[in-house]
This record gives sequence, C-alpha cells and structure tokens, in this order.
Amino acid sequence: MLWLLFFLVTAIHAELCQPDAENAFKVRLSLRTALGDKAYAWDTNEEYLFKAMVAFSMRRVPNREATEISHVLLCNVTQRVSFWFVVTDPSRNHTLPAVEVQSAIRMNRNRINNAFFLNDQTLEFLRIPSTLAPPTDPSVPIWIIIFGVVFCIVIVATMLLILSGIRQRRRSASLEFLQISGTRESLTSLGASCLTSCLHGAPTSNL
Amino acid sequence: MDEARPLWATPLQFVFACISYAVGLGNVWRFPYLCQMYGGGSFLVPYIIMLAVEGMPLLYLELAVGQRMRQGSIGAWRTISPYLSGVGVASVVVSFFLSMYYNVINAWAFWYLFHSFQDPLPWSVCPLNGNRTGYDEECEKASSTQYFWYRKTLNISPSIQESGAVQWEPALCLILAWLLVYLCILRGTESTGKVVYFTALLPYCVLMIYLVRGLTLHGATNGLAYMFTPKMEQLANPKAWINAATQIFFSLGLGFGSLIAFASYNEPSNDCQKHTVIVSIINSSTSIFASVVTFSIYGFKATFNYESCLNKVILLLTNSFDLEDGFLTVSNLEEVKSYLASAYPSKYSEVFPQIKNCSLESELETAVQGTGLAFIVYTEAIKNMEVSQLWSVLYFFMLLMLGIGSMLGNTAAILTPLTDSKVISSYLPKEAISGLVCLVNCAIGLVFTMEAGNYWFDIFNDYAATLSLLLIVLVETVAVCYLYGLRRFESDLKAMTGHALNWYWKAMWGGVSPLLIISLFVFYLSDYIITGTLQYQAWDASQGQLVTKDYPPYALAIIGLLVASSTMCIPLGALGTFIVRHLKRGDTASVA
Repeated sequence: MLWLLFFLVTAIHAELCQPDAENAFKVRLSLRTALGDKAYAWDTNEEYLFKAMVAFSMRRVPNREATEISHVLLCNVTQRVSFWFVVTDPSRNHTLPAVEVQSAIRMNRNRINNAFFLNDQTLEFLRIPSTLAPPTDPSVPIWIIIFGVVFCIVIVATMLLILSGIRQRRRSASLEFLQISGTRESLTSLGASCLTSCLHGAPTSNL
Repeated sequence: MDEARPLWATPLQFVFACISYAVGLGNVWRFPYLCQMYGGGSFLVPYIIMLAVEGMPLLYLELAVGQRMRQGSIGAWRTISPYLSGVGVASVVVSFFLSMYYNVINAWAFWYLFHSFQDPLPWSVCPLNGNRTGYDEECEKASSTQYFWYRKTLNISPSIQESGAVQWEPALCLILAWLLVYLCILRGTESTGKVVYFTALLPYCVLMIYLVRGLTLHGATNGLAYMFTPKMEQLANPKAWINAATQIFFSLGLGFGSLIAFASYNEPSNDCQKHTVIVSIINSSTSIFASVVTFSIYGFKATFNYESCLNKVILLLTNSFDLEDGFLTVSNLEEVKSYLASAYPSKYSEVFPQIKNCSLESELETAVQGTGLAFIVYTEAIKNMEVSQLWSVLYFFMLLMLGIGSMLGNTAAILTPLTDSKVISSYLPKEAISGLVCLVNCAIGLVFTMEAGNYWFDIFNDYAATLSLLLIVLVETVAVCYLYGLRRFESDLKAMTGHALNWYWKAMWGGVSPLLIISLFVFYLSDYIITGTLQYQAWDASQGQLVTKDYPPYALAIIGLLVASSTMCIPLGALGTFIVRHLKRGDTASVA
C-alpha cells in the first residue's frame, strides 16, 4: 500500500516536472565559461541551494509566503548543466502559474546569480528575460564639458592673436609717423646749422 | 611702395607645410583600400611607377610656377598668359568646394574625440530599448559601431530627399573646427608656419605608436600576410594602373592652387627640385606606412570576429545538444560536428541552418574605404583593445591633425589670391578676409550637418574635385610647356635657383604627364557615361545596412553644376580676356 502511494506521489511529481510541461522553466548554467578553473561541480547540494533560492524568491511574492523548498521540483538534469524546474502549490497537485514564477525570479535575479557566482549570461532562465542595467547617464554629457573647454581655449587664443595683431599694426603705424617726423626734424636742423655756418663762414665738418 | 611678401621663416617650414597638406586622410583611408583591392604587394609597382612619371613632375611644376611667379594661383596663371586667368579662378573655386566639405570630417573627428573620454566607449555598447529587456532594434541588426556612426553622429535620414533639420551637435563641432582653422591661418605664413610643425609631425608620432601596438595585437599577422601577399595577375588589370595614377594625383593635392600658394612664399633661390623629391617620397612612404598599420588593425579585427563567430557556433551546439560546458573547443569543433551529424541526424539538421560558416578570409576581404573605414572599422577594432579610451583619443587626434593640415593648404589656396589682389586687401586687413572666408564656408557647411548631410557630403567628395582637377592640371602643364614655352621657363628657373633643369623633367612635362592625364580624363568621362544614372548608398534603419538608390534629378543637376562651375571658368576666363582685349583694341582704334 505504502509502495503504491510512493509510486503515485513520484508519478505525479514526474508529471508535474517535465521538459516543456506547463509552467516549467529550463535553466542553463555555464560554470566553466564563468569560473574557468575555479568551477565547482554541480551536485545535489547545489541543486538544493537552487531550490532554496527559488523558494526564497517565491516567498517574497504576496500570497505565496508559504512556499517551501520541497515545493520546487527539478528534473532532467543534463551534463550541460541544464535542467527544468516547476514550483508547486502547498497541495503538491498543481503548479504555480508561470507569470508569478517569472516575476518572482526577475525581481530576485541578482541574489540568485550571486549565490552561484554567476551572471545573467552564465545562469540563464530560458523564457525569463533579464532586466538590463540602465546605462549611467550623467546630468551633463561628458563630451559637452570637453567641447566647452576646447572651445574656450580656441576663442581666447584667437582673440589674443587678433588683438596683438591690431596693436602691432598701430605701433608700426606710429613708428612710421615718428620716423617721418624725425627725418623732417633732422632735415630742418641740418638746414639751420648750414645756414648759421654759411653765415659765420665756419667749416661744417658734419655735412 | 608694396609691402614685402611674407616669407616662410625657414625652408623647413615650407617643406612641413607641403607635407602636412599632402599627407592627409587619403593616405590613411584610401591607399590601404586600393592596396587590398588591386593585389596587395603588387599594387606598389604601378604606384611607384606613377609616382615617378606623374606625381613628381607635376608637383615640381606647381612648386616651380609658384616660386617663380610669387603670387597665388590667379595671379600666377595670369602672368603666364592673360588668357589663363580662368585656370586660377577654377583652382580657387575647386578649393572653395573642397574646404566647404572637408572640414566636416574634422568636425566628426572632434565629435569622436570628445566622446572618447567615457567608459565604456559609447560605440562599444548598444543602447537599451524602451522597456529595457533588450537592445535597440537598429543597433541589433547593424553593429554598435555602425549604429553610433549612422544614428548618433549623423542621425542619417533614409534618403537624400528627406533633408531633416540641422543637428546641433555636429553643427557645434563644425563651428569649433572652423574656429581652429581660423586660428591657424589668422596671421598668414607667420601663424601657419608654426602650426605646420605640429600638423606634420604629430601624425607620425601617433602612427609609430599605433604601429608598435598594431603589430603586437593578436591576429595582426593575418592581416599583414593577406595584404602583402602579391597577386601578380592584378598587374594586368588596367583598373589597377588607373587607380594608382588617380591616387598619386589626388594624394599630392595637385591643381588646387595650394602648392602654388605655399611656394609663392618661398625665397626665389629656394631649391624646389630637392623639396619636390622629398615631399613626394615622404607622402608615398606615409601611405605605405599607414597601410601597414591599417592592415595589422584589420587582421586583429578579422581574427576577433572570426573567433567570436566560432564561439557562437560552439555555444549553439553546446546548448542544442546539452553537451558539457567547455567540452567543445575550436580544435575539436569539426570532428564533434561530424559526430553529432551522424549520431543525431534529425536534431542536427534542425540546428544546421543556424550554424554559420566562419571564415577568416571573408572577414579580411571586407574592404572598406573612406569615412566607413575611419569611423566604423577602426572604432570597432579600438573598442576591443585594452585601455581603449587611450587608443581612441590618440587615433582621433591623429585624424584631426591630418585633416587640419590639409585644411591649411586648402584655405591658403583661397586666401593667397584674395590677399594678393590689391582691390580686396586695400579695404580689409588679412585677418578680416580670413574671417570672412571661414564664416562663409562654415555657414554653407552647416548643410552637411543636416540629416541628409552625409549624402551631400558624398556628392561633394566624389564629384566636386575629380574631373575639374584633371582638366586644370592638364591645362596647366600644356600652358607652361607650350604657351609660355618650355625653354623660357627653363631659363627662368635657372636664373632663379641657379640649377639647370634636368632632361627628365622636360620629357615628363612635355610628353608623358599630359598624355597620362588625358587618358585618365577620357577614362573617367567614359566611366560616367557608361554607368548611366548615378547611384548612392543610403542607410536603411529597418534593415540595419546600406542600400543603393538613384539620385533624384535635382541632385544630378547639382552634381552637374559642381563640375561645370569649376571647369567652365577656364574657357570663360579666356573668352573674357579676349573680349576685353578686343574692346580695348577697338577703343584705341576708334580714338586713333
């Protein structure tokens, strides 16, 4: 009698958790890709941890606080490592709807990943899309800051060059004026000295 | 009394100015493409022959004319023969078109340079889509580098008809680029002479750094082996020779008037023959040097993509057949594939269509040129390097230096005739003339920052200068040899520099180079006529790739206008002078 009950229970369990069963999800782990030489072996203890994490995620959903580890069923574990899992309700006859399980896993994805030292790409839940991290958007885009700096430097340099060019031109214009007026002065002084020397008859050695 | 003509402070400045002008973006993004298309190592044979036969003689001619006439292109050609004033004007018009669109490349280089200071680089990751479950659709179909170029930088529209609005970000970068060019040409040769030390030397520093980095990259040798393996049968392909001739021609920047402008600021006794040889050899060596760097980067990128492709196949097979993680490696892939095909035939046939055939050859064969090479392929390689921000900054800084160096030459070609003209320079100081030219160019250049701007850029890039330059240089060579007289020019040069003219130059100027240019001209004309309607590549956002479209009639009209406005200057100039002379003769006759 007991054996019959045992077989019945395992048969029901087997029916609940099957590849492509209703409300079942496939999980795929890539331990060697993620951890290389430090990859641990996937054994029943790891499976227990996995069931615990799923149960933990379900307990955080309102109305599902009574979920136990034994309610999470795993099957078809392959070498890959990949397996299927379902979450049953307390009566163990029905599986919880896929939508609930999906939202629970999505919300706690980070905790589940960290428990296994994996990330979204190496611990895949097929048919449960992961929420991608939003890119960090600084309030002012960085490129505008650098643009502003370079722009100001170029404008300042241009202004300096233009102003120095104007000053140079003014200085050379006034220098020319001085030169011309200086020549006139020296010419008049020369003429005056010539006049005086001619009048006095003294030799003008500086002519 | 006339103010003495400003001179280069040292002959070295002149050489650097010429190098900085000639060594431009074409050396980096056109020559490697040609090398790849026309037989790798064997392309160097037509290239060097064309350099000796066409490049050096024509370069020497322009430098000699500029140094002898000591004026910009308009004045120089008017002195040679009054009927040739149109040639100078045509040069200025072509330079004007070139400077309009060329500085947009500098604006893009600035844009990428400013965006290189982020971690991660913005073109290495795709942005997320609306509900954050995946990446943006356009970015998924194309690649992240293509997405950043077409969507974030250009914000390109699907066709040339849909112009869209001016994008303020590239517009700001364009204004900055023009301000920088203005700063460099503000004081004429005084400021340009100092700037060319940087624009000529810095790109070589960066290229050296990239050479060392490139050669040490994983997979670089694949690219180098692919490029330098000569494919001798390409020597028989006439296109290889034509492209070699065209590349030499445009790479040296002949016919724009910039070389004449630079040489006009030389001392008359300057030995321009020596400088010709130096500049042309440095220009060609830089092309070859840049293609070594480019091909090591290509090799790295191709190997990276090839290995990613293999890894994707491995992942696909591992997941489909639930094999142990890490069991499938690159080395046992083939045997495992055949084992799986025999052991699970039905399942294997299901998966088979998704298995891509990864081939290193096909990755290497994707030949790209132009802005696609610089802004898509290179950035894709850079994002996979370590410390990618540093490499990105260095690379775009080098592009900027190359571009600014060429812009200095272009603006010199426009400004020298303007400042030479007594009419204009009596009203305005040269700072104001430079400012006005930059302002006008910048304002028109804003067209290229619109959503359809890149399509107009391609029009200008392909058609504004090609035919016109060939015609201009042909007329120049024929004019100096036969109108002015080769003997007269030879005696002028001897009086000026003190060296006799080598027979080689005389033979080239008189016969070989004009014949070459005529054949190039005929080839291009026939090519345009045979292909019939002109087409362009448009970016299709829904497919994430380029599609070919026909130009609308008004775009074809503008292309025709571009070519006509510069080529027609030559006959119109001659006609104008003829009419003016005829009227003058008529006046004097009637007075007498």
